[in-house]
Amino acid sequence: MEKKVRVLIAKPGLDGHDRGAKVVAQALRDAGMEVIYTGLHQTIDQIINTAIQEGVDVIGLSIMSGAHLPICEKLMKKMEEKKIDDISVIVGGVIPKRDIPILQRMGIHGIFPGGTPFSELIRWIQEHIKPRP
Amino acid sequence: MGVAKYIKNERDEVEDVILQSGIHVKPLYTARDLEEVGFDPEKDLALPGMYPYTRGIHPLGYRSRQWTTRQYTGFGTPKETNERFKLMISHGQTGLNVAFDLPTQMGLDSDDPLAEGEVGRVGMAVDTLRDFEIAFEGIPLDRIGVGLTINAVASIILAMFQVTAENFGYSKDRISATPQNDILKEMIGRGAWIFPVKPAVRLIGDTIEYAMKELPRSNPVSVCGYHIRESGCSPVQEIAYAFQIANTYIEEVLHRGYHVDDFVRGFTFNLNVFGNLWEQVAKFRAARKLWAINLKERYGAKESRSLLLRGIFGGGGYGMTKAQPENNIIRGAYYALAAALGGAQTTALCSFDEAYTIPTPRAALLSLRTFQILMEEIGLRDTVDPLAGSYFIETLTKQMEEKILEEMKRIDEMGGMIKAVETGYVQREVARQAYEFEKGVQKGELIKVGVNKYTEGEEMEVELHEYRQESAEEQIKRLQEVKRERDNRKVGQLLRELEKAARQEKNVMPYLLECCKAYATVGEMTKVFKEVYGEFKEPSIF
Repeated sequence: MEKKVRVLIAKPGLDGHDRGAKVVAQALRDAGMEVIYTGLHQTIDQIINTAIQEGVDVIGLSIMSGAHLPICEKLMKKMEEKKIDDISVIVGGVIPKRDIPILQRMGIHGIFPGGTPFSELIRWIQEHIKPRP
Repeated sequence: MGVAKYIKNERDEVEDVILQSGIHVKPLYTARDLEEVGFDPEKDLALPGMYPYTRGIHPLGYRSRQWTTRQYTGFGTPKETNERFKLMISHGQTGLNVAFDLPTQMGLDSDDPLAEGEVGRVGMAVDTLRDFEIAFEGIPLDRIGVGLTINAVASIILAMFQVTAENFGYSKDRISATPQNDILKEMIGRGAWIFPVKPAVRLIGDTIEYAMKELPRSNPVSVCGYHIRESGCSPVQEIAYAFQIANTYIEEVLHRGYHVDDFVRGFTFNLNVFGNLWEQVAKFRAARKLWAINLKERYGAKESRSLLLRGIFGGGGYGMTKAQPENNIIRGAYYALAAALGGAQTTALCSFDEAYTIPTPRAALLSLRTFQILMEEIGLRDTVDPLAGSYFIETLTKQMEEKILEEMKRIDEMGGMIKAVETGYVQREVARQAYEFEKGVQKGELIKVGVNKYTEGEEMEVELHEYRQESAEEQIKRLQEVKRERDNRKVGQLLRELEKAARQEKNVMPYLLECCKAYATVGEMTKVFKEVYGEFKEPSIF
């Protein structure tokens, strides 16, 4: 059987708006991926630990409060410290266009602002993320 | 349910319309439809200001009193927010609705490591009484009612507001505060919860009991179907869930030995306005009627003012789009129309730029102007409940009513709203529908102009509110100053008394007032509650 991509959908920080996270979780599951949802109010450490324990291929952060820059910066730094280089990080939520290059420079692999069609997100993951053997 | 659908044939004629609540709309309505749904003008309508209040809670509607306008406002430091309050009031806004930042909503002080990056971002940062003294400086608190959009720590913030007003010379019986104070909807939709369900509901009971005795003009709870709808549910579920949440709070206070007429007048509702215009108007009319019946028949309310569904109908956030943001100005005008035709007491609108970030002053003023144009220019004050008697609207009102009752029954059978939330039933239902809705929009079943039809490709540039890191630094500096200047021994003693009261299940409000007066921080008071009550654990819904 072909191995499925494993995705961790994570809600970092204090923001509790999880409609988008839950909708994306369902869409990715329907597209044949294995999806784990962290629930709300997760610290960066909790997210990284869950990602390692669950052996995911990609972490999808959902951030609606506008704090995506400080949150992503912290997460990427922590991942570097822990020398984790086999998990991709993507981010969705309320992300203004001007912040996209900044996030890319931090090493965020894919950026999907609110309103991105499921098909586009699914295609991107299928093309860029390969399940670990 | 899930998404509204328009079924068309190959000639682009509309063959069927299915509203989000699952009701089919017919191409034509006549007197016969009223007969079929069993419409009785005496029983179903009566006159405005008369039971069952379908037509409105005031005999003369907006002729006797315009709606209150309350844009959701707050960002950065209390000083910046105070300036914005004054700007909005100077332009004719008649109430305030305070936006708090996420650390405040989650009971964390601005210098807490978990608050980093969020201080003053989506609302005003509040740590101590000093912040409220700055935020409300120069605001006539006997004239301007204040909505406080805060839930998990609403008891703390209500106490802080009372102390602030009293320090400014307004006695507690003259101020009108409306803390949102609806924790069950946070657990379903908005996510700003801290304590487990039962103690969280008890805290709400404390505020209602306290306000009943000490704050006669305040509304201690604003039950929010609004955010549950934002999270994905249908308009029918929005009302059914809101009513069952309200019933939970009512029962919490009834257990303390009061009669429903003693306190239920302090309940208000916060309901959403986006979506199909007719469906929203029928929803508001049906809701008013069902709330009156609910109070009378379920709880034996005797006084007429206990029966009135008063509310803020507004927002419309999920109807707004990021694509072609100026279209949201037009959408907002129609949403405000739905609120007015639905008989809102209070209104507010998400601004056209809110799909990007919190509004600029120009965007906030446009929302205010939308209300002013409706009420003062195009005739929404002329006559009360203008759609009454319409074959279509009355039929739809009856149909919505029936569906709301069915949905309420489902929750009753489950053992009430606390059970339905603890088990994750409502959360699962809401998430499922959010997904159906999104799929419907992406498949084009529901047209969103600029999103799935008439798209323009490149995103347009809009002027955006800028987050200021310096505001967060100023806030932390002020918090540290306050902590240096206050009597720390006294604060420690008052916090221990608060803890004792919480453990003994006494009403905590008098203890919170003392803590606030001594400049205890929101974080310190929340920490006491966390130690006594513990923290909520989300049920897993997937």
